[in-house]
Amino acid sequence: MSLQRRSLLALTLAIGLAGLLRSPAALADSALDAIAARKSIAVAIPTDFPPYGFVGTDMAPQGLDVDMARLVAARLGVAVELVPVTSANRIPYLQTHKADLVISTLGKNPEREKVIDFSAAYSPFFQAVFAPRAMALHGAADLSGKSIGVTRGAIEDMELTKIAPAGADIKRFEDNNATVSAFVSGQVQVIATGASVAGNLMARNPQLGTEFKLLLKDSPNFIGVAKGDDKLRLKVNEIIAAAKASGEIDKLCLKWLGRPAGELPN
Amino acid sequence: MIQLDFAAVLVDWPLLLRGAALTLALTAAATVLGLALGVACARLRTHGGAVVRALATAYVELIRNTPFIVQLFFIFFGLPSLGLRLSSEAASVIAMTLNLGAYAAEIVRAGIDATPRGQLEAARSLAMTEGQVFRKVVLPPALGRVWPAMVSQIVIVMLGSAVCGQIAAQELSYFTNLIMSRNFRSFEANLVAAALYLAMAVLLRQALAWAGPRWLFGRVAPAGR
Repeated sequence: MSLQRRSLLALTLAIGLAGLLRSPAALADSALDAIAARKSIAVAIPTDFPPYGFVGTDMAPQGLDVDMARLVAARLGVAVELVPVTSANRIPYLQTHKADLVISTLGKNPEREKVIDFSAAYSPFFQAVFAPRAMALHGAADLSGKSIGVTRGAIEDMELTKIAPAGADIKRFEDNNATVSAFVSGQVQVIATGASVAGNLMARNPQLGTEFKLLLKDSPNFIGVAKGDDKLRLKVNEIIAAAKASGEIDKLCLKWLGRPAGELPN
Repeated sequence: MIQLDFAAVLVDWPLLLRGAALTLALTAAATVLGLALGVACARLRTHGGAVVRALATAYVELIRNTPFIVQLFFIFFGLPSLGLRLSSEAASVIAMTLNLGAYAAEIVRAGIDATPRGQLEAARSLAMTEGQVFRKVVLPPALGRVWPAMVSQIVIVMLGSAVCGQIAAQELSYFTNLIMSRNFRSFEANLVAAALYLAMAVLLRQALAWAGPRWLFGRVAPAGR
């Protein structure tokens, strides 16, 4: 049940405490050595973000990010430990070493680059504003006077905040489920979200007549690594480059997104 | 050790202040409405007919045995499918009122049950109506007896309002979460929020302890005398 994960306040406090208790010496080494020593890698993955990461009817996580986590673990020759995270708490998980890698449709931006490092891109993604077909929405200025649901802390939140006019009523929700629920139940008129969430939303609620309105950002996904851990980051880059060359990345994208990876920045 | 950087959080003090103000406003509204609802339910449960009594009991048990966040989500995400669409703030006040009302009903009922029989008999012998007996003889000392417990329950409801940010009500936790998703200073942001909640809880407790005897029930002798 996702309700437990919603008590972010308690959770992040606990994570913060865990970080506080960790000795400085443990942070100096690369996580790569620790991964090799314990023969397993902890990877933060989404479970509320189909088709990147979601829970199937067998309750096991699956999706593009989950497959990518398995691929990286397999190339490192270690077991994979999947750590479910939300959009809002995936970076704290990495910062406090609850996870060695974040493979969770993580986009790159300057704020995030201050606190964590990024690998090369491994899959395509874009964020946009979606609304019912009948609504006239041709530019950011048209958002004035509309209520817009968005998941707090996600890339689309940052981009929307940048372009939204003063009259726009941005309502931020804890995770994608709450944001989608708010849009489907009519609590917000417009939704700003990632392509995958929107695709899923449209498929399940055809009566809403939702369509693509404004592009917020083309933002391919990167793997998040703890700040300064170059050893692990370069190893992950090696794995990504090899997987791109061998066509494995394209195969994953075809399987989950229905299209090849296309151009991905390094 | 992680490096603590409170400046990164405190620079957003206007947001924190706005959030704290809404938290207090939600609590104030829910306190007034919830107390009225609680007293009404307590009255129905002690004096009502069988059907009314059963309905009041069902409400109290339903609320007291389900999580607050589920009640909140039901009102905000569930009711629109029945055609009732509420703003985040209205949904928060209603959820907090319903929640406080159920607990307050039980607290007030305990106070009513502790009314000495002699007082009731004395009031009736003065030819007071049942309504007058309840309003003038039973309720004020009952509230006085249970006021400390009631104040604690109101503080609990205020602290519980932290989850109202989940439906985008812009209270203190909403802005705390917003700030930490901007600067990733989650530990500092939560510490600042905790300090603010603590201060608000202490102030609220003092204010209610002062306001109760003056406006609600007058000075009453402690129970047992």
